[in-house]
Amino acid sequence: MSILVDNDTRLVVQGITGRDGAFHTRQMIEYGTKVVAGVTPGKGGQKMDDVPIFDSVREAVEGTKANTSVIFVPPAFATDAMYESVEAGIKTIICITEGIPALDMIGVYDAIQRNGVRMVGPNCPGVISPGKAKVGIMPGPIHALGPVGVVSRSGTLTYEVVDSLMQVGLGQSTCIGVGGDPIVGSSFLDLLPLFESDPETKGIVLIGEIGGTEEERAADYIASHMKKPVVSFIAGRTAPPGKRMGHAGAIIAGGKGTAEEKMAALKKAGVPVAEIPSEIGPLMKKALGG
Amino acid sequence: MKIHEYQARDIFREHGVRVPGGKAVGTPSEAHRAAEEIGAPVMVKSQVHVGGRGKAGGIQYVKELSDVEKTAGQVLGMEIKGLVVKKVLISKAVDIATEAYVGMLLDRDQKRLTLIVSPAGGVDIEEVARTEPEKIFRYTVDPTVGFRPYAARWLASKLYDDPRLIKEAAGIIRKMYDAFVASDASLAEINPLITTPSGEVWAIDSKINVDDSALFRQPKIAEMRDLDAELPAETKARENGLSYVPLDGTIGCLVNGAGLAMATMDVIKHYGAEPANFLDIGGSSSPEKVVAALDILTSDKKVRAILFNIFGGITRCDDVANGIRQAFEARPTDLPVVIRLHGTNEEEAKKIMEEAGYTTLTSMDEAVRKVVEVAKGGQS
Repeated sequence: MSILVDNDTRLVVQGITGRDGAFHTRQMIEYGTKVVAGVTPGKGGQKMDDVPIFDSVREAVEGTKANTSVIFVPPAFATDAMYESVEAGIKTIICITEGIPALDMIGVYDAIQRNGVRMVGPNCPGVISPGKAKVGIMPGPIHALGPVGVVSRSGTLTYEVVDSLMQVGLGQSTCIGVGGDPIVGSSFLDLLPLFESDPETKGIVLIGEIGGTEEERAADYIASHMKKPVVSFIAGRTAPPGKRMGHAGAIIAGGKGTAEEKMAALKKAGVPVAEIPSEIGPLMKKALGG
Repeated sequence: MKIHEYQARDIFREHGVRVPGGKAVGTPSEAHRAAEEIGAPVMVKSQVHVGGRGKAGGIQYVKELSDVEKTAGQVLGMEIKGLVVKKVLISKAVDIATEAYVGMLLDRDQKRLTLIVSPAGGVDIEEVARTEPEKIFRYTVDPTVGFRPYAARWLASKLYDDPRLIKEAAGIIRKMYDAFVASDASLAEINPLITTPSGEVWAIDSKINVDDSALFRQPKIAEMRDLDAELPAETKARENGLSYVPLDGTIGCLVNGAGLAMATMDVIKHYGAEPANFLDIGGSSSPEKVVAALDILTSDKKVRAILFNIFGGITRCDDVANGIRQAFEARPTDLPVVIRLHGTNEEEAKKIMEEAGYTTLTSMDEAVRKVVEVAKGGQS
């Protein structure tokens, strides 16, 4: 087991012929992901390497039984790409694109809720279930199959934390980067229950950062609903208020969204909070009784 | 992106929100001419990207036309919270009977737009929320329903009892919502929304923050950016596609990825020093980007040592190493440098750096401890 992506994932890549889309499609195939189709309007009938290209997601789904999509389309067209996937009946969408207007995401979020779609991103590294499937841009070889679920608002910081887990011999069931934007398809609160009910996941690492209140809400959920151990790191204790720290969603606004508040909420929920990322591995090992 | 009050006011006016006449000017004599056109009394309002302008003396009421030039001269050049006033808005002064607050924002928790009104306007709304929460009213817009007239009337009814004022205010709130959506705002405020003794409703102060991610489809707003409101280093970073935030410490850091860049700052602090900046070079390894980043770090006189923290993923370490080497060839520096490279093609990268005369480290903790040590007086 694992969550969101696995051996049953049949992936359609939206924007497969673009520079990033083509590069990462090859990387995903090399990792063992079943990439069954690509979509680039106007290039239907062609192929990228051995992957058939379709003009629309609907045709790709009809032609290949694709059940998951990953989006590499530029920001101006990515909103359309997300809606297209929803309407074509895709139930798991992973949107890598960075720089999508936030107002567009209000409508997209509403659409995925109404259609029972699980979406990760936008502005995220994607999802990997080591040894099974990689849907995104994270480096495959740093991961290994194991008992830890990782959910994070960051990209490279997640790799750093995965590295810390590997140092103590802990592999991962699934690693998810939820995305750095103010409005994303899935937040901690949506994904923690999936990890809690996944038999292969024994413990969860939650990597948060300044901005918003997702970590506080996750803390409430952990305290009241979760039996599996959770350990955490929150980035941005040294970040000044009112300044956007790279991610559109990483900003302390109106005195809210500080790292201190988030760390306090998690600690109160019984979650050990690492001072620095390299403590995550040892903390998780301890939490799992190692 | 923040825009100035006069720019936000223009956007509101275009959408039919009732705002006073006014003009933004940069010199005292222009201020006089603007006041002549508008007619005294006028308000002289500093145009800077900070709150609390009034308290700082940056907003002045001027009764006589003959005094406008002098007052504008005082406000122009004034420093408010570190920002120098380069422009003032000369605005028709309006008699005020009551002051209310109207705001709307991208509500991250609801993943929708939320409108907030309060009959306690003209003051800091966060203070009102703390001390008199019963005077704050919210309405969250269901995207499939939209912002309907009845919702605007409900909000307006929380501000006024007089049906005529409710109707007027509801109209303004709806037009403000239209302006918000049309300009891809992330936050908009009218504070205060006032009534005059004769029963008119006016939007006196206008504020709009615009979503950076939407600027590609808001060319008119993108041009409103005030380069005077940001540091030259910030401008340079933005033009080179770097995310940069200057801070007060001594360790300049250059990191790939925003989350890791933030974490790097935290680790620097953990080991007893302060970061000089946040700087995310993103997924690119282009030497041009690294050169621009180095220029920014070395132009900061507080910087005592530089840390590169690279976790190679799809961006390969050897590509980044080549970028760093070329950047140092183009921009030699006397500052001590610590380079941390880990991940994809780490060994090749280390070889490239060592051949260029730099030592590299694998562990982030070790690299940070090292850079903290050299910044405190040791040598690299």
